[in-house]
Amino acid sequence: MTTFLQAVVNAVTLGSVYALIAVGIGLVFGVMRLVNFAYGQLIMVGGFALAVTIDWPVAASIGACFATVVVFSLAMELTVFRPLRTASPQTMLVTTFAVSFLLQAIALVKFGTFGRPANSLGQLNRAVSVGNIDIRYITFVALGVAAVALLALVLLLERTPIGLQLRAAAADPATARLLGVKADVVITVAVVIAGLLAAAVAVILTVQSPIVTSDYGLRETIIVLVGVVVGGIDRLWTATLGGFSIGFATGMLGQLLPSGDGLPFTRGVYLDSAVYLLVIVVLIFRPAGLFATRGSAGVERV
Amino acid sequence: MRKLTQIAGPLAVIGLVAIVGSFGSPARALEFVDALVAVSFVVALYVFVGNSGVLSFGQTSFVAVGAFAAGVMSAPVDSKAGQLPDLFPLLSDHAIGNLPSLVLATGIGGLYALLVGMPLMRLSGLAAGIATFAVLGITHNVLRYWTEIGPGAGTLASVPESTGLIQAAVGAMIIVGVAFAYQSSRFGRMLRASREDAAAARAVGVDVHRQRLWAFVLSGALCGLAGGLFVHETGTLTTEQVYLDLTFLTLAMLVIGGAYSLWGAVLGALLVSGFNSLLGDAENGIHIGFRLHAPTGTRIIVLGAVMTLTLLLRPTGVTGGHEFSLGWLGRREPKRPGGTTS
Repeated sequence: MTTFLQAVVNAVTLGSVYALIAVGIGLVFGVMRLVNFAYGQLIMVGGFALAVTIDWPVAASIGACFATVVVFSLAMELTVFRPLRTASPQTMLVTTFAVSFLLQAIALVKFGTFGRPANSLGQLNRAVSVGNIDIRYITFVALGVAAVALLALVLLLERTPIGLQLRAAAADPATARLLGVKADVVITVAVVIAGLLAAAVAVILTVQSPIVTSDYGLRETIIVLVGVVVGGIDRLWTATLGGFSIGFATGMLGQLLPSGDGLPFTRGVYLDSAVYLLVIVVLIFRPAGLFATRGSAGVERV
Repeated sequence: MRKLTQIAGPLAVIGLVAIVGSFGSPARALEFVDALVAVSFVVALYVFVGNSGVLSFGQTSFVAVGAFAAGVMSAPVDSKAGQLPDLFPLLSDHAIGNLPSLVLATGIGGLYALLVGMPLMRLSGLAAGIATFAVLGITHNVLRYWTEIGPGAGTLASVPESTGLIQAAVGAMIIVGVAFAYQSSRFGRMLRASREDAAAARAVGVDVHRQRLWAFVLSGALCGLAGGLFVHETGTLTTEQVYLDLTFLTLAMLVIGGAYSLWGAVLGALLVSGFNSLLGDAENGIHIGFRLHAPTGTRIIVLGAVMTLTLLLRPTGVTGGHEFSLGWLGRREPKRPGGTTS
């Protein structure tokens, strides 16, 4: 029972970090219809910002991380995504690959294969014992940041004029424009928020895995992209829930699958296969997403 | 006549690349073989993605399966006992020649695509993209840990290096020829109709699911063949070589050339490969009028930047989705919806 509870706690932590990434991806998709594969490189940029400023006071270092990531996020939008706004989805997606490849290449040349350490928040790895379960401080931080960020976002979307415009643009970009919603303003706001979220993720991730390399955040982004589509990319809350679910599922399966040889293909090394198989099954039966309402627009089967 | 030009152009270019390559040093020839194998990968990918308009990350799985099948089966029996101790007896006690191994790779790629495609070809758009990505993830994961069928996380070695310029060129020509025959057939035309307007295609009686499945299986078989050509070029293989990097690079080549035409697929593969070689030379220092010596690491940065810039300046690819024609560079055809010609 204790191991199970411990597994749940760890899986929830992973899920909440993935949920933050999912919000960043889902928000940008909502207003631009763009799957931003280069989102992971924003997390990497944040990680390197923390690594470079490792000698600074912690608050200044985190501030530098947020500033750098937001600047990169805006630069990406202005130089690459804005000129391509009318291009086909295929071209946009492949362009984000190219941007991702480019940023990784620059990081690899600048910081080398072995990366840099960014462990100024390492003391958050210490754990407190609640009952028989060990909970690391970073778990509280991750949960807290996820909760605060999501709450702030909901308030922004539901209670402010710009939030209303964001929702209008996500629901129907053409009509929103006709009614006077400025696409550039809305997209800029979404891109800035996505950047802030990526920076927060970078701070949390560097506590758990402090060596920042050029492929930092890549694996997480791929898994969350999968999770977001499985949850339902058309709406922000289904996308977020999808991100959380795939994090939770990965965390649980990773800890509960046996590590030794049992039945064929039940070893822990086949975790990825198990998760991807679930993904395929969900997509075949619910192509618009697991949490999407039946008959939602955008995705159809032939 | 126009049809003849459309297929003769790409074939002639492939032949030309092979002939030019044969004049260089062995190391230089290897770069030309690389480019020709890239053409095979990208055209095999194009058969599905270009004709159906559905993005697939899964074709690399068929490349991987084909490459490992051809590699494991053509490695000499006495080398397998040492390097692949866990192999099933059927696989470890037999070895086949170059040509049978390529046929095997083609068959196994097509068969795997059929198995995967039957459920997945009902999906469109992003769901299809992510589902095919999941197939790639499973393929990579299983190949990496199932040591009864291959090297697992290790390296498969001592595969006969039979893909020289001739085999690479002939292989690429066969793949291009099959791709052209398919896209000119009624099946290819039905699928291309569904790409332009799925609802209208269905209204005139096109079974979109079935047509997509045909293309997916044909593409899977050609991907398997391309994988076989690849493993016979390198002589060694790891699972990482046929995973994410290859997937993104081949997709980028296809989109840069122009995803909706065969000529675009061929040209994209050749341009990106050629540019990659040129930058590799620049890192080592070359004379092009003046001595160019670029610092190490320039290659991947410039390659990334050029790919991004090409997509920004020509979102429909270098060919804009047009097939090869003799007045290709001079004449600007009026843009048609979807940018297709054939």
